[in-house]
Amino acid sequence: MIRIDGLSKKFGARTVLDHITLRIPAGQATGIVGPNGSGKTTMIKTILGLVRPDEGTVTVNGSTLNGHWDYRRDIGYMPQTGRYPENMTVRELINFIKKVRQEETADEEQLIRHFGLEKEQDKRLRVLSGGMRQKTGAVLAMMFDPKILILDEPTAGLDPSSSVRLKKLIHEEKKRGKTVLLTTHIMSEIEELADYLVLLVEGTIRYHGPMNELLDVFREERLEEAVAKMLNEEETV
Amino acid sequence: MKATTILTYQWKDLLRGRWIIGYGMVFLLFTDVLIRFGGGGPRALLSISNIMLLFIPLVSMIYGVLFLYQSREFTELLLAQPTDRKTLFWGLFGGLAVPLSLAFAGGVGLPLLYMGVLFSNGSEALMLLVLGIALTLLFTGLGFMLGLRFFDDRIRGFGFALISWLFLAVLYDGIIMAVVFLLGDYPLEKPILILSMLNPIDLARIIILLKFDISALMGYTGAVFSRFFSGAVGISISASVIMLWIGAPLWHSVNLFNKKDF
Repeated sequence: MIRIDGLSKKFGARTVLDHITLRIPAGQATGIVGPNGSGKTTMIKTILGLVRPDEGTVTVNGSTLNGHWDYRRDIGYMPQTGRYPENMTVRELINFIKKVRQEETADEEQLIRHFGLEKEQDKRLRVLSGGMRQKTGAVLAMMFDPKILILDEPTAGLDPSSSVRLKKLIHEEKKRGKTVLLTTHIMSEIEELADYLVLLVEGTIRYHGPMNELLDVFREERLEEAVAKMLNEEETV
Repeated sequence: MKATTILTYQWKDLLRGRWIIGYGMVFLLFTDVLIRFGGGGPRALLSISNIMLLFIPLVSMIYGVLFLYQSREFTELLLAQPTDRKTLFWGLFGGLAVPLSLAFAGGVGLPLLYMGVLFSNGSEALMLLVLGIALTLLFTGLGFMLGLRFFDDRIRGFGFALISWLFLAVLYDGIIMAVVFLLGDYPLEKPILILSMLNPIDLARIIILLKFDISALMGYTGAVFSRFFSGAVGISISASVIMLWIGAPLWHSVNLFNKKDF
């Protein structure tokens, strides 16, 4: 379980996260949605320890993040844009991360095949397309079979068939009891993948709860409309 | 273990860029030519030291800044893994400072060795190598500090590195000259001694000059400097100043790196 208590973060004068308190349940998929610049990525990066909070605490599986780093052994992270050392080949990158983590992978070859990266393995990351880098990121995130998967806009930049493959894989991981945390702009994706929904607007949480409750409250069939309705209500208040 | 994995990767990557080899070759070429035409005596070593005093600070500092910017992806990738920031910082620093030091030591050391200078003027030559490595560590650290301070503003980081180099390598001497010129009627030996010690490039230059025993050429000031730097107190003070110049920027950099948002 990931616990976030009173988390705040400012970048200069801009408040990106404003006293956020949140519980992300284990073994479930939680989707974070919100407009551009609402603090989704910052929140994810805080959980990973890439961004240091100004206030508040984050606890992952019982260990509070305060310069700790070993908890990241349980996390697989797929960033929004796959930016990797350009001179490395995909194979070198995978081996390098294995060495850094001092861990053997569960099923890296299978993942490479799943994403159709077999032919790209010996290419430098510099020459790979954005989509191929995304897929490399997915392999890196999943290859150690971590308990928690954090995916920042995982399907952005993927072609439809790869996107479907990735979503299928996320589904399977969820079934196997993984905690999944993902952000996206695509509401249908959240509907497909998430059990819980967090709506983040200007650094504050506007809704947090099971997805179907939100749909019931707004008597909507589709999540997109429910979220739009909620945002509109906010504006008129 | 983790640190060595990170270091090995970076060394491989630097070698692949071939740039570092070029840096070593420049030193090799200059040293070879200077010894060939200037003989193996103090004069050749002095000329080598002059090149070293300008070239090492410039390259180490600029490359320190650039290297940090170039390693951004690498840093972000590793920070999402179970790695602590300190290990990563020293991995990054060692990943650049060690190859730069080796390129310098190899470039200057090899000709000194095959031309026999290491045997004829051994202590002077060793002093040159040690100071060159100290300056490499020092200015790489300064570059890292500037790079971290202006992490999101590359042009400013790069600009500050250039200006710092210009100030320490060129302008600082001008300021000392101006002070001497304006206040020539007063006894200035001690203030100048202190001023010179505050700038690591000047300090290195003085240590070299005194080692080569040319202080006699510098008149009374030379005598004051010579007395100070040949005494145990002088040697330990100058060594401490250099250590402080290496340590302080690195200490500040580690702190910046620990608090940084990526």
